[in-house]
Amino acid sequence: MFEGWLSIVVFLPAAAALVIALFLRNDSHIRWFAIGATVLNLVLIVITYVDYDRSLGGVQMVDRYADWIPVEGLRAEYLLGIDGLSAPLVLLTGLLTAVAAFASWRITLRVREYFIWLLVLSTSVLGVFLALDFLLFFIFWEIELIPMFMLISIWGSGRNRYSAMKFVIFTLGGSAFMLIGILALFLSSGVDTFAMVSIPSEGIKGIPDLIAGKDLLIPAGVIWFFLFTAFAVKMPLWPFHSWLPDAHTDAPTAVSIMLAGVLLKMGGYGLLRISVGMFQETKGFQVQDVAWLLATLAVISIIYGAIVTLRQKDLKRLVAFSSVSHMGFVVLGVSSIVGVGGTVTDAGLNGAALQMVTHGTITGLMFLTVGLVYDRAHTRYIPDLGGLALRWPLITVSMVIAGLASLGLPGLSGFVAEITVFLGTYEVWPWLTAIAAFGVVLAAGYVLWMMQRTFFGPRNERFQDIKDANFVDMIPVVALVISIVAIGVFPKIVTEVFKVGISELVRI
Amino acid sequence: MTAHDLWLLSPELSVAGLAVLVIIVDLIIDKKTPLIWLAAVGLLVPLGLTLALWFNTPETEIGVFGTVTADRFALFFHFLLIGTTGAVIIAGATYSKKFVGFQGEFLALVLFSVSGMMLLVASQDVITAYVALELSALPAAALAAFLRTDRSLEAGLKFLLLSALSSAVLLYGLVYLYGATGTTDIAGMLEGINGMTADGDRAFGSSAVMLGVVMVVAGFGFKMAMAPFQMWVPDVYEGAPTPVVAFLSIASKSAAFAIVLRVLYTALGTEGLAADWSILIAILAAITMTAGNLLALSQRNIKRMLGYSTVAHAGYLLVGLAAVAGNSNSDNFIAGPQGVLFYLVAYAVTNLAVFFAIIAITNKTGSDMISGFAGMARRAPLLSVLLALGLLSLLGIPPTAGFLGKIFVFSAAVDSGLAWLAIIGVINSVISAFYYLRVVRTMFLDEPESEERVTADIPVWAATLVASAGLLIFGIAPSSLLEFARYAVFGVIT
Repeated sequence: MFEGWLSIVVFLPAAAALVIALFLRNDSHIRWFAIGATVLNLVLIVITYVDYDRSLGGVQMVDRYADWIPVEGLRAEYLLGIDGLSAPLVLLTGLLTAVAAFASWRITLRVREYFIWLLVLSTSVLGVFLALDFLLFFIFWEIELIPMFMLISIWGSGRNRYSAMKFVIFTLGGSAFMLIGILALFLSSGVDTFAMVSIPSEGIKGIPDLIAGKDLLIPAGVIWFFLFTAFAVKMPLWPFHSWLPDAHTDAPTAVSIMLAGVLLKMGGYGLLRISVGMFQETKGFQVQDVAWLLATLAVISIIYGAIVTLRQKDLKRLVAFSSVSHMGFVVLGVSSIVGVGGTVTDAGLNGAALQMVTHGTITGLMFLTVGLVYDRAHTRYIPDLGGLALRWPLITVSMVIAGLASLGLPGLSGFVAEITVFLGTYEVWPWLTAIAAFGVVLAAGYVLWMMQRTFFGPRNERFQDIKDANFVDMIPVVALVISIVAIGVFPKIVTEVFKVGISELVRI
Repeated sequence: MTAHDLWLLSPELSVAGLAVLVIIVDLIIDKKTPLIWLAAVGLLVPLGLTLALWFNTPETEIGVFGTVTADRFALFFHFLLIGTTGAVIIAGATYSKKFVGFQGEFLALVLFSVSGMMLLVASQDVITAYVALELSALPAAALAAFLRTDRSLEAGLKFLLLSALSSAVLLYGLVYLYGATGTTDIAGMLEGINGMTADGDRAFGSSAVMLGVVMVVAGFGFKMAMAPFQMWVPDVYEGAPTPVVAFLSIASKSAAFAIVLRVLYTALGTEGLAADWSILIAILAAITMTAGNLLALSQRNIKRMLGYSTVAHAGYLLVGLAAVAGNSNSDNFIAGPQGVLFYLVAYAVTNLAVFFAIIAITNKTGSDMISGFAGMARRAPLLSVLLALGLLSLLGIPPTAGFLGKIFVFSAAVDSGLAWLAIIGVINSVISAFYYLRVVRTMFLDEPESEERVTADIPVWAATLVASAGLLIFGIAPSSLLEFARYAVFGVIT
């Protein structure tokens, strides 16, 4: 089958980048064109999301070209498809790409190149979520590096060169091991396919079904750790997190939004789809065997991330470290895969998936707001700020919403995700969950303290003549606030789809 | 010698004939530019003859007293060598202003050298191979010295001396193989080895074969830029004219890999022996790529850096060479050599794109230092993008041919039970990111020395564009090239 629809979704931003590269010269035209393209793609993605048949489940809208690389040693296909796990993440990517395009409004340096890279980045992330051929997945995973490298090193600030190189080296290091893992899976006897899932309508048997209960080329545990390393770096999970604060701090606002909102989710997606989805019935090693390790690393990430966040004096670095803490909840939710007494409830995994989406929107909003502050104040150093609330009410409101969502206020999306994670993991890891819950307390601490120091307090005379956010600035803010409130009040719009995907993922 | 022999040898002969023709015409005309077009267009003759051979000869055609073959494997490399030479000649048109008056000699030497390489890949007999190797090496030494600056002369002399030394080692190795098997015929050697019964049968017993293998690998290792025989590479790369460097880094290396593939897989392809040399090659591969990448890290001259990078790539190629199916129960026995062939083509288009872009840029800036590329993205946007694309292909980022080449050789290695080697390979790729991306960053991020636009002549432009297109096409739609390589591999594996 080749419907072509998902290919359009994936490659539309790249095509827009090509148009910009070849035809557009005027900066303002380029801005509008890029924003238009991302919004159009968001519309296509929303249609896709609504169109995905929840009652049917499984992989839908398949684009397949089976003879892409037809040799015996490496039979790779061009295979795109969407299922319950990827659909909400694709939606998130579409939303945040459009937000990032709006947030890039004030970029004046080398505008053409900037939007080209941003659009290419969007294509590669969409490709990661929609590719169902493992090699294709890896290709999209790698392509993402170059736009990020360029975006951070050219449009970044501070130690941008160092941070960009660090980002590339960490990710390349992780994906180097992933490649070996992928090849070992493919080359195991009886596999000979890169299909990541089974698609009955296409007659495809995926790796999870083919490797169940069989001996692999190298021990399953080793393969699992190779793949896990790549995802742990990307998430990032303690102790692989040290690239993240640097990359975030030095990246331009829109790139931070993409990085925290979408790119980290590639790691979480890989963890769910591959580390969990493929290794539940493997011989000699199952993901359940290392659930304790996942839970431990998750709790360390949550607590360590939160404590370090408390100590930050740079607004962006603060938000960056809070990401380490929040992504820890994703891994904690995943660790419930071990179940209690042989039964696995999928609440933990659902919570993990939901946490990815909520963290994407909340952190996206936080970075957006920090960017608005920085554009005006030209500093992110918290002691230099303070008393902004009176001066810039709109910016303050958006940060308050983001902050409250981040610390888990009921009615906003963060609460739903975290409570679902805790519900899923409490029975499995009561003690660890109790410790992790303390991370929420710390989150309340760092968020409220940061807001008190930055936005409240005595009126600050330094920023007297600078105006609040304008209409264009507020468009992406409003879009994200709507999504945060919507998921908080009516989480079903996302969880319903995730449930379909997760239930197909859990095999035991 | 019969007409049929001439027919089999026609591509090599026509290239050599073209070289002679260039020399003669050079004596007659005053303006030398037409010579370049004569050589470039003249290469269509061997290309046509190779095509004719591809379609008109049976699979295992051997002639000239059983010493030369025109199997698909040889013809595959004929295409690669002729294509590379043509591109180098066209792109070198601009560069050759540096040796005005000697363009004729330059072209003739390139053509003589490539005729030797073509004979090398087609040899079915180790003596022919040795002669062909010398034929390819001597003009190459002269080419390296062609600029007649101190650096260039040093490069030429180094190349000549080390080349002679490695030839001697190779000859020793061939003698051992001859002594052990009683034949110089490559296919015959396999029978000789299979026929060896007990160790007492011949001098040195079966260890003579292994000794021969080690020496043969060492001898050709010089041409492949394999560690520990890589010392000449950076010096020659830095001193020699850039088109010559492009020529050496691609043509010479491909030819060396071709003959090593043929000797190892055809003559020494017995299962027990393959396991032995496979581990030898695997260790050399690990050393070669690690040494190349680590030494490239601190280079400031882009040609020197690419010299070490070529060493690293020899290492990746050796990974594919070491991937012998005999090590595991895998049934996919051609994966390794097929990967090597794909990698060689991918590496050829990539390196051509990189060197041509460098020729175009340095022609104007006059400096080979990496710092001279600062802000080039502003001074020559498209050339910078193409150079960056080439460097990303060398680094192995999709969707380029270099990425797929690496995937193929590493996957062959994992399949043959050499997962550890593949791991060393991917770690090396990560290390190489430092120096490749540093150049990209310099071009796109640093402030230019001047705002003056850098433009290139049309021939260099065209050659760079074609090579870049190749590296994208093979990176996105590799299936036809893989099919082509598959045919070729059956020439050496039966």
